[in-house]
Amino acid sequence: MFKIVKREEMSQGTVVLNEIEAPLIAKKAKPGQFVILKANENGERIPLTMAYTDPERGIIAVIYQVVGKSTALFKTLNVGEGYQDVIGPLGKPTHIEKLGKVVCVGGGTGVAVLHPITRAMKQAGNHVIAIIGARTKDLLILEEFMKSASHELHICTDDGSYGRHGFVTHALKDILDKEKVDLVVAIGPVPMMKFVSKLTKEYNVPTLVSLNPIMVDGTGMCGGCRVSVGGKNQFACVDGPEFDGHQVDFDELMMRLQAYCEEEKMCHNEFCMLEESWHKK
Amino acid sequence: MSVETTAKEKKQKKSRVQMPEQEPKVRARNFFEVPTGYTAEMSKEEASRCLQCKNPGCVEGCPVGVDIPGFIKLIHDGDFTKAIRHIWTMNSLPAVCGRVCPQESQCEGKCILAKKGEPVAIGNLERFAADWERANGTGALPPKAAPTGKKVAVVGAGPAGLTVAGDLIQKGHEVTVFEAFHKPGGVLLYGIPEFRLPKEIVAQEVNFLERLGVRVECNSVVGRTVTLDELFEQGYQAIFLGVGAGLPKFMNIPGENLVGILSANEYLTRANLMKAYLFPKVDTPIPRGKDVVVLGGGNVAMDSARTALRLGADRVRLVYRRSREEMPARAAEAHHAEEEGIEFFLLTNPVRYIGNEKGRLVGMECIKMELGEPDASGRRRPVAVKGSEFKIDCDLCIVAVGTGANPLLTSSTPDLKLNKWGYIDTEPASGKTMKKGVWAGGDIVTGSATVILAMGAGRIAANSMHAYLMRGW
Ligand SMILES: Cc1cc2nc3c(=O)[nH]c(=O)nc-3n(C[C@H](O)[C@H](O)[C@H](O)COP(=O)(O)OP(=O)(O)OC[C@H]3O[C@@H](n4cnc5c(N)ncnc54)[C@H](O)[C@@H]3O)c2cc1C
Ligand code: SF4
Ligand code: FES
Repeated sequence: MFKIVKREEMSQGTVVLNEIEAPLIAKKAKPGQFVILKANENGERIPLTMAYTDPERGIIAVIYQVVGKSTALFKTLNVGEGYQDVIGPLGKPTHIEKLGKVVCVGGGTGVAVLHPITRAMKQAGNHVIAIIGARTKDLLILEEFMKSASHELHICTDDGSYGRHGFVTHALKDILDKEKVDLVVAIGPVPMMKFVSKLTKEYNVPTLVSLNPIMVDGTGMCGGCRVSVGGKNQFACVDGPEFDGHQVDFDELMMRLQAYCEEEKMCHNEFCMLEESWHKK
Repeated sequence: MSVETTAKEKKQKKSRVQMPEQEPKVRARNFFEVPTGYTAEMSKEEASRCLQCKNPGCVEGCPVGVDIPGFIKLIHDGDFTKAIRHIWTMNSLPAVCGRVCPQESQCEGKCILAKKGEPVAIGNLERFAADWERANGTGALPPKAAPTGKKVAVVGAGPAGLTVAGDLIQKGHEVTVFEAFHKPGGVLLYGIPEFRLPKEIVAQEVNFLERLGVRVECNSVVGRTVTLDELFEQGYQAIFLGVGAGLPKFMNIPGENLVGILSANEYLTRANLMKAYLFPKVDTPIPRGKDVVVLGGGNVAMDSARTALRLGADRVRLVYRRSREEMPARAAEAHHAEEEGIEFFLLTNPVRYIGNEKGRLVGMECIKMELGEPDASGRRRPVAVKGSEFKIDCDLCIVAVGTGANPLLTSSTPDLKLNKWGYIDTEPASGKTMKKGVWAGGDIVTGSATVILAMGAGRIAANSMHAYLMRGW
């Protein structure tokens, strides 16, 4: 068993943080990589990108939104209990490099995934501007973490209850209008990544997105995670999870994420819920 | 005419004892095993058909050289305990092989009786001996050599890796198996369905190895969780790679990313490893198509088609681009599939998938094929018949057109030499790779093949590894 040593609820209990004992993975993991977790014998294999790791304590941290059967089950696990299986680190690490100015854009639980990348970009000597957004103030996560991981932090809420009233794309546009940006990293709901990529394409700014399609093994043996990137099939678990946002077919990804919506009535992924809110925008 | 010849003729005239099976209509809706197995009486009866040839063709046809007339004689004499021990000397997974080996092209294909009629049912007898031991045996472990103090790592818990583990633990080495999935067994577990190979048998075989002292570390993706060089640093002196050929191939035709198109690997892994056929009792879902098309003609295609039927499909069609004769599936599987009502669309190839506005599969366009000149494999190459396109409806398509080498491990180990398809280059007589202290065998060397060939490769490598550990490279 992989023991949970710390557990915290955020966003009014819709988002949960787990620190999990997994010394081998903690030692190896790099920003951008993910793990697959399975709660018990009959559980589903769920991929989650790590929010941070502490190799000395042998722990990894994941932050997930409670959206379906499996994440609801994860939420019932208390400190001292744990996951039957944790596999990783999987996927390619983010390519961290000194480029100049980097803007890191995060939405929803995507902020958790964005956080280690933001920190690493800063450590590599980049000037890092972070933009994080949520529907409303209480749903915002990791504000303090992101503040320390970046040089400049912008906050947006859809309802204006905190920070700037509006979407992360608005804040991003203002920055792109003002200054030269070398890279944008966008991680969040698929529609958010889609619109960010659309925007940065107009400005010709290279953009990395981290995709979270449905997965089974996470090692390249099932092809369930395939995504179209630049018209070519890529397996997100081994070729990604990060890709060039200007090349990704987001509409296809959105459709593929809904493959099991009917079966579960609730969706496997955060997508179904968030899709609605984004389509209203 | 001598007395001996008449006895021989009598034996040849006896027909094969039929394997009892679940009725096609019944079994097509459940996941229980299809053949139910010989009884002791049936086995003795079938064993009596064996002519005990002086130069037995069957043994020649067996990739690992099991002494077939030897164990059949023991069954005939009713000494089942000795029979299974006799098989074990050459084959450590008889309960598996008796069920999944392509006997018709191996032992049974070479049996002298096959010339005039039906060969001895060697596979059924092998299965009987193994099942009898599981039900009635003492479970006593084979003797183990004195500890050598050497540490061995096996990567991949499929038939190749498990064979190496079993052989080397008995030779006194310390053996740890690293498996990427959360359970050991390889294709035996995630690929071959319950109705053909009950998972309990796989679990028992692994348990047997664990009782012998083999350590199995699941959730270990070698190349990611740990690298080969790190394993050497941890004190492992020899490493065997049996990681299989797990990279799914797709058709690469338009529409392939529509919802409702799955690789056979994904479909079967959901069904078998994740037991998604029990959904919602288990958490992993699986698409339940009503009108299912399976692409391919091998065992994997048959397993996918028969799984779809058991998951409640009204109609399952198998689309294969060559003719029935060229189908690589075991004869028994193709036969069982037809009995269960799977329709074969032969000499047919898909050209594109058709989706609806929600991105879900609703049909596909196919084209008729005809057989042209033989290709490199000696099989006649199918060529498209111009203008013969036609459409079929379907709501689920399983792509079972083969697998390739998964680069996950090999790309993290640059000093392994690969061939042009990405498979690991080894010395056939020993299984040695180009990296010192590393052996490989099974599908990752040959490309997708068979359980018994993977086991045979494992045995060759185990012998070479033992020699290395005791005497040097
Ligand atoms: C659906 C299906 C039906 C089949 N039917 C038959 C049949 O009827 N008869 C027959 O003889 N053959 C059949 N085969 C083929 C047969 O199963 C294979 O040839 C055989 O299993 C190969 O054995 P292997 O040990 O080389 O690899 P595998 O059985 O593929 O095992 C490899 C193992 O390595 C693990 N692994 C992979 N990468 C890593 C890594 N980096 N780190 C750690 N572990 C790793 C995998 O998870 C897997 O458990 C079938 C195959 C399939 C897919
Ligand atoms: S070839 Fe057939 S008859 Fe001869 S020994 Fe083998 S199984 Fe028996
Ligand atoms: S999750 Fe199976 S190939 Fe990526």
